[in-house]
Amino acid sequence: MTTTWNDLVTTALLGTERRAVPVGVREPGQEPAGALLDAAAVRTVQRRAALLPVAARARPEPAPEDGRPPLPAAARLRLERLLADRAGAGGGGRRGGAAPDLTELLPQWLAAANGHGFRAPEALLPALLEAARARSDLRPEALALGGPRALWLARLNPQWKYALRGDAAGGAALAASGVVAGAEGRHVWEEGLFAERVAVLAALRRRDPAAGRELLGSTWGKERAEDRLMFLDVLREQLSPADEPFLEQALSDRSRNVRSAAAELLTTLPGSALAARMAARARACVALDRTTDGGPRIVVEAPPECDGGMERDGVVAKPPSGRGERSWWLSQLVEAAPLEIWCERLGVGGAAEAVALPVADGWQADLHAAWCRAAVRQGNAEWSRALLGPAAHPPAPQGSSWLDPARLLSALPAGERAAWVAEFIAVHGLSEAFRLLGVCAVPWAEPLGAAVVDALDSARDAGGYPWSFSGVMGLAERCLNPAQADRLSVLTTAPGGPAVASDYWTEAFQRLIGTLRLRATMQRELAEGAPEKTAR
Amino acid sequence: MNAQGERWTAEQVLALAPDAASRKAGTKLATPGPWSGAGTDGGGRADGGAGSVWGECKGSGSTPYRTVVDLAGQDGPAFHCSCPSRKFPCKHALGLLLLWADGEAAVPSAAGAPPGWAGQWLERRRQRAERAPGGAPASAERAPANAEAARRRAERRAQRIAAGATELEQRLADLLRGGLAAVEGAGYGQWDETAARMVDAQAPGLAAHVRELAAAAGSGAGMEWASRLLEECALLHTLNQGFLRVDRLPEPLAATVRARVGITSDAAALLASAPPVRDHWLVLAQRDSDDGRLITRRIWLHGRSTGRMALLLSYGAAGRAPELSLPVGLAVDADLVFHPSARPLRAVLGTRHGAPAPCPEPPPGGDTTAALRTYGEALRDDPWLEAWPVVLSAVAPVPGADGRGWQVADADGPSALPVDPRCEGDSAGLWRLAAISGDGPVRVFGECGHRGFTPLAAWAPDAVAL
Repeated sequence: MTTTWNDLVTTALLGTERRAVPVGVREPGQEPAGALLDAAAVRTVQRRAALLPVAARARPEPAPEDGRPPLPAAARLRLERLLADRAGAGGGGRRGGAAPDLTELLPQWLAAANGHGFRAPEALLPALLEAARARSDLRPEALALGGPRALWLARLNPQWKYALRGDAAGGAALAASGVVAGAEGRHVWEEGLFAERVAVLAALRRRDPAAGRELLGSTWGKERAEDRLMFLDVLREQLSPADEPFLEQALSDRSRNVRSAAAELLTTLPGSALAARMAARARACVALDRTTDGGPRIVVEAPPECDGGMERDGVVAKPPSGRGERSWWLSQLVEAAPLEIWCERLGVGGAAEAVALPVADGWQADLHAAWCRAAVRQGNAEWSRALLGPAAHPPAPQGSSWLDPARLLSALPAGERAAWVAEFIAVHGLSEAFRLLGVCAVPWAEPLGAAVVDALDSARDAGGYPWSFSGVMGLAERCLNPAQADRLSVLTTAPGGPAVASDYWTEAFQRLIGTLRLRATMQRELAEGAPEKTAR
Repeated sequence: MNAQGERWTAEQVLALAPDAASRKAGTKLATPGPWSGAGTDGGGRADGGAGSVWGECKGSGSTPYRTVVDLAGQDGPAFHCSCPSRKFPCKHALGLLLLWADGEAAVPSAAGAPPGWAGQWLERRRQRAERAPGGAPASAERAPANAEAARRRAERRAQRIAAGATELEQRLADLLRGGLAAVEGAGYGQWDETAARMVDAQAPGLAAHVRELAAAAGSGAGMEWASRLLEECALLHTLNQGFLRVDRLPEPLAATVRARVGITSDAAALLASAPPVRDHWLVLAQRDSDDGRLITRRIWLHGRSTGRMALLLSYGAAGRAPELSLPVGLAVDADLVFHPSARPLRAVLGTRHGAPAPCPEPPPGGDTTAALRTYGEALRDDPWLEAWPVVLSAVAPVPGADGRGWQVADADGPSALPVDPRCEGDSAGLWRLAAISGDGPVRVFGECGHRGFTPLAAWAPDAVAL
């Protein structure tokens, strides 16, 4: 009888005192326990030496090809370092020291690499997916750089599910790789994951707006409400009067969110029937009164009720708590009405004159706030400019909570935005400028960059401490044109301010300069190996 | 990374870092901002490689830190910095080297000599290095007396280890008499004590085995658990028996047994006594493990003409990187001396005949069946081997469900090796392998053993650490 390994294990479990050892002793006088261990050792080594491969499990589908060119060597190394710095980053004294904060530069680097049309190095995809898992702001660019292989990988690891989900982030990867053409696109639209479907729709919409709308219409009735909402958002791009019938029909959607999204889209089409209906309602509420002594003024008669027609057009009947319902309805009507109607209605030549008119009975805040939102929604530069007023003397009195210059600025062309903020900083300093700087295009165009540097310099001369400006400093590191580095390096050596603060300023400026130079290096690394510039 | 092969790559520099925090801090300092007066010179090296790098780094204080690195030393790079850090190398040295790795723009080659403060340190260091060989003959005169003392010490140690092995045999016999079921779910306590006694007996190898056994004992229940525990007990028993009869074993096996119980040969003595093996050694992988007190660095090499695998070990006390660092993917023309063993693998680096150079091709490899056969053949010589280094020429990783049960499968064949479950704890390397492969064939280097395969590097087509 041959002894099996299980026989040996059973004996070992029970103990040689209770159970006879199934093998003979090696030499006379040997303990049974020793004999058992001898036999087990032989079997162990035999088993290990005779190991054979196992049957391979089903392998994943091969990863799709990515035709984009690889990163130049220096840029690849840079990405590796940017990603390595992320590991173990977080809080603790981040602002200190004269060295740049690499984590803040990652978004910019990713955008630049995508702009050149590179693909991510395969070996760095896991680190890239991990980085974007922790920071959702990185996702669109990180997944675009990762391309189809990043999605392929994400499908294998539940930790990276986010890449396949919801927000158009995941779609960016597909869109970047252009796997959405023709019949294949149709197939993905019908069978694909949500993110893939969004990508297909977005890509088609960009190429052929009508075809995109028809693709969406073909399955519209079967989509879930939250999906319908996301798909509607895709139509925002390339929106045209041709989309109106589709959106009008969506105004009767089962879901309230879908209805209001459709209404909002229609208001951005100034010629739409909805816009005309809203215009008529808004006109009825706002008029010019020329009869009073102090010159013409605007009188407001808020709507008495929110009827079914208004609700269908996206007006929300129930105001937020603390808000009167009539003023709530009014502001929604004015916000949705095309701004073009007001010059005629108020008998003025332009937005600036309309904004300058006095408003009766304390309605000014409501009316101007609604105009602001309309200007932002409709991307109307003339009205934004008028509502903003000159940067040096903002027209709104202090404490006008409704006036949000940062949002209004976003409706202006980039150059004008930068000029306005530069003037604002020159007059008011940096303390209020953080949000305004946030909406300016990167890198900051002149004269904005010079204005920020000047303001930092005068803050130092005034004896302030650099950490009072840490927000602006952080923005400057990311957004200032690297060309400002040379001007700044003069400032680090210039004396000024109390001795203690001066040291801190030197450190802060050094850090700023270091970051700017690093950004210039990063751009050069990407540009040097770049293929022919591809538009994106 | 660069055409001349003179400057290091950032990976090579970062491999010097003693811990993750230093890597990070060093990386942050790798920008021109805080540095001034940085430079490098050839240092009169025959192979044209860099000799030294220096620079001044502005910190939070008023005086900048002065950092200098000597790259020309025989025993790897040496560092000096005026900062108070106890890390070694400190973040300034790492930052400076990273900056230097970036190229000529950041750290230019100096036309003249290094500045005084750097030059003095370099000079002192090189004088010391020249004196050192001259000192050897003096001690040789006392050699006979030393050799006699050393022999007596070795004898006393062998006796202590034998006593330890005997005691361990007793413990194992007790365990088997009472049955393994009795220790199911028992804590580590009693094993810790036994391990400590083996350390006292100057048998760190036996102590490590006891800890393995404790881990196996604490790892579960049932037949599979008992099976693993019995395997560990049986192999430890064989090692004890081997040591108690070491003078009757053939010399190569006796050397293996001595190494396994923890009697290691002194590197210098080895270099002086054994014949070197010269080859172009391709650096396959480098990996550090940290047990809290000691950092152990393993560097795997493959000889281009001999086809031999070799493993270099280097240690660093807490907070210090192990001194030896070789660039993965490059080949070094050097002498290696293997530790005596029935299956030699561990080696000591002797004379280097040139700077590391790019290797024209990755090492040859086989399929999964060949890998296991290689391990099996190695077991014939050394039954205690856990794994053996192998190259798989064309495999694709197969991720498991829920991050467990990974495989490495032959690219065109039905066979696969399970991945060692211990790799799945930190799966970053496995995912990197999956990303590189994209389910296509890759060449992978790793260790193949009875617990499965541990991937260590892949070629895509340049070497990538996993």
